[in-house]
Amino acid sequence: MAEKKTLTFALMDAPYENARTTTALRLIDAALRRGFNVNVFAYEGAIGIPSAKQAPHPNAVHGRDVIQEDHPNPKEWVAALIKEAEKLGGKLDWVQCGLCVDERGIGEWITGPRRGSPADFVKFIEDSDNTLVIPTK
Amino acid sequence: MAKYLLIESRDPFEVNDVRYYYDLAAALAKEGDVTLFLVQNGVLPARRCEPSRHLTVLAAAGVRVLADEFSLRERGIAAGRLAEGVAAAGLDVVIDQLAEGRKALWH
Repeated sequence: MAEKKTLTFALMDAPYENARTTTALRLIDAALRRGFNVNVFAYEGAIGIPSAKQAPHPNAVHGRDVIQEDHPNPKEWVAALIKEAEKLGGKLDWVQCGLCVDERGIGEWITGPRRGSPADFVKFIEDSDNTLVIPTK
Repeated sequence: MAKYLLIESRDPFEVNDVRYYYDLAAALAKEGDVTLFLVQNGVLPARRCEPSRHLTVLAAAGVRVLADEFSLRERGIAAGRLAEGVAAAGLDVVIDQLAEGRKALWH
């Protein structure tokens, strides 16, 4: 059986700000479902995507409590992708840029992602079949 | 022959340099195999409208112009309203083309 191919995605957008984050997570999902291993290098604001302290909130304007609002948090999507990778026998290696983490003081994230550096991104590129950088504006 | 995957996420009604990206696709298509994949607000010109003529021209020049099905649905654009030369497609196309080693660029 041929070895699984690996794709790397570099994300830069902070969560809750741009559709690029949603598209990036959709791409990761699609890659896992097609049987690829996936590397993610979260750079700059993207290190906030799996942040552990994200919390759902009610919507007073629309009169909905926290359960009715069912506000999605990206950390849950990342957790679901990690679980999906395990279920499919694949691998999702998510690296949080340590420089970006320290700058922003966002050092707590869900189980799965690991701290790294831009050097990990270089290694990802070298070891992958292809890399897509999804930049901010 | 070089193969390219150009992903356009921006709306030409809002961002003028989208046209330069279309020009890049046309130039690359003279020597290579080019897919222009529209996503997010990048799909807005995929519906039949004045700017969609640029996409039709690109398709006639050999560029494979695809529009993300999910982004189309989000914006209420039915597949039957797409401009000539533009086809709806899933993100799987992006994954497959990345896997085959295409040079990929996001705008």
